Amino acid sequence: MSKEILTTQDLHLYYGEKEALKGINLNFDAKGITALIGPSGCGKSTYLRTLNRMNDLIPNVTITGTITFKGENLYAPNADTVEIRKEIGMVFQQPNPFPFSIYDNVIYGLRIAGEKDKEKLDAVVEKSLRQAAVWDEVKDHLHESALALSGGQQQRVCIARVLAVSPEIILLDEPTSALDPVSSSQIEATLLNLRHDYTIIIVTHNLQQASRIADRTAFFMNGELVEVDQTKNIFMNPAKKQTEDYISGRFG
Amino acid sequence: MNSKRQNKIAIGALYGIAGLVVLILLALLGYILASGVPQLSWHFLTAPAKAFLKGGGVGVQLFNSFYLLILAMAISFPIALGAAIYLYEYARDNWVTTTIRTAIEILSSLPSVVVGLFGFLFFVVKLRLGFSILSGAFALTFFNLPLLTRSIEDSLRTINLEQREGGLALGLSRWETVTRVILPAAVPSILTGVILSAGRVFGEAAALIYTAGQSAPALNFADWNPFNISSPLNPMRPAETLAVHIWKINSEGIMPDAKAISSGSSAVLIIAILLFNFTARYVGKRLYKRLTSA
Repeated sequence: MSKEILTTQDLHLYYGEKEALKGINLNFDAKGITALIGPSGCGKSTYLRTLNRMNDLIPNVTITGTITFKGENLYAPNADTVEIRKEIGMVFQQPNPFPFSIYDNVIYGLRIAGEKDKEKLDAVVEKSLRQAAVWDEVKDHLHESALALSGGQQQRVCIARVLAVSPEIILLDEPTSALDPVSSSQIEATLLNLRHDYTIIIVTHNLQQASRIADRTAFFMNGELVEVDQTKNIFMNPAKKQTEDYISGRFG
Repeated sequence: MNSKRQNKIAIGALYGIAGLVVLILLALLGYILASGVPQLSWHFLTAPAKAFLKGGGVGVQLFNSFYLLILAMAISFPIALGAAIYLYEYARDNWVTTTIRTAIEILSSLPSVVVGLFGFLFFVVKLRLGFSILSGAFALTFFNLPLLTRSIEDSLRTINLEQREGGLALGLSRWETVTRVILPAAVPSILTGVILSAGRVFGEAAALIYTAGQSAPALNFADWNPFNISSPLNPMRPAETLAVHIWKINSEGIMPDAKAISSGSSAVLIIAILLFNFTARYVGKRLYKRLTSA
């Protein structure tokens, strides 16, 4: 594995008075897939959303500690959230394509950034949709509304939309939990294709999913990071009893 | 009494109430249209009104109503849009926004005759705009602004949080997210709100009696220079609208066919407002369809 691209040190997050993250130290190497697992309310989604400052939208949130992305603190006073989110993209639980055509969805970020060259945009659309493994299904109706697609296709278009702005890191917040098993496995295949080129961090409730696709897995509980290791070790030979209980379904 | 029976009675009562509402509406519409439509003719819709003789029309009033509506919308829509975007997309819940919201609520429940009197004192007298289309348009803005702001805010509310997150997560700024993602998605519903409020403005009389005035000087429809006093576009001329015309004929009309003109004008007004409503539904649906599926 290559060098660390994203590091979090002593990260605390409070919703008002309530401490939701209690000092997380977790680092990510460039490339590969890391899965964040843990019971509902353990803070894994909250943690994921601190990584591209999505929690800024929620009032009354206080965050302390540092998150460093390529040597720069994301929470520095002069940090530019717009630039951060171009580098660290996000895919959500509910597929959320914009109510425009598939084509427009994919190029939206670029077009607003000022890109006008039609040929270049066309190329980006095809490349991103291919990377997201949805090109063959949508190539004949690129100019139809993305809302007419199935949930799984919508989610892959959303992944393509993120890929089109060429981020370094892709955050996924339970991207398959609203989808049927077939669509889920297509998304998983998509992610496996992307793992050589992007740093992927995925929150999932589905342990099998984590074991199938993740290189590393981090187990969260009650706002703390219990354990992080190679996925194989977490599932076959966890170091902590809490992890073992959760993995084996004996949840205490 | 068992619950099944209770349910039946409740449903029956609700149907009855709903039916009563529809019946009242139909009766009103039926009466207005039945007594008004026979008066309608091309001449009636285009000719100027006559003060003492029979055979006058409502052409000038009709034009005034539309012109005033367009001006009032042109002034109030940008302000309402800005206010709604600020309130829903930017402002956090604190005492400032609470105050603004309360103010909007009070403003929207202000009787329109009070708005009209305020407009008279402020625009007509203080700012010396006189009885003019401009004074009327400002008064209508006061009347329309709170309703329009509310309706645009509601339209923004129908767009999911996920859409906003999706925009921001792509590295769009807040402003870009609002203007390039949220507003386009909200257009059908905003447009519906605008057209519906246009219907209300179109039928408003009390706010205009003291601002746009009760006289409709003859217009020269060949003169489109807005600085000429007889030009239809001149915003400084007094302009009686259709709704004001109805009120005036019924209170002090001395033409022999006052009753017929009043019925005819009412029919025109109602038909215009119905058209606004149906257009709003149709356009909103069409736009929504175009945006959401091919």
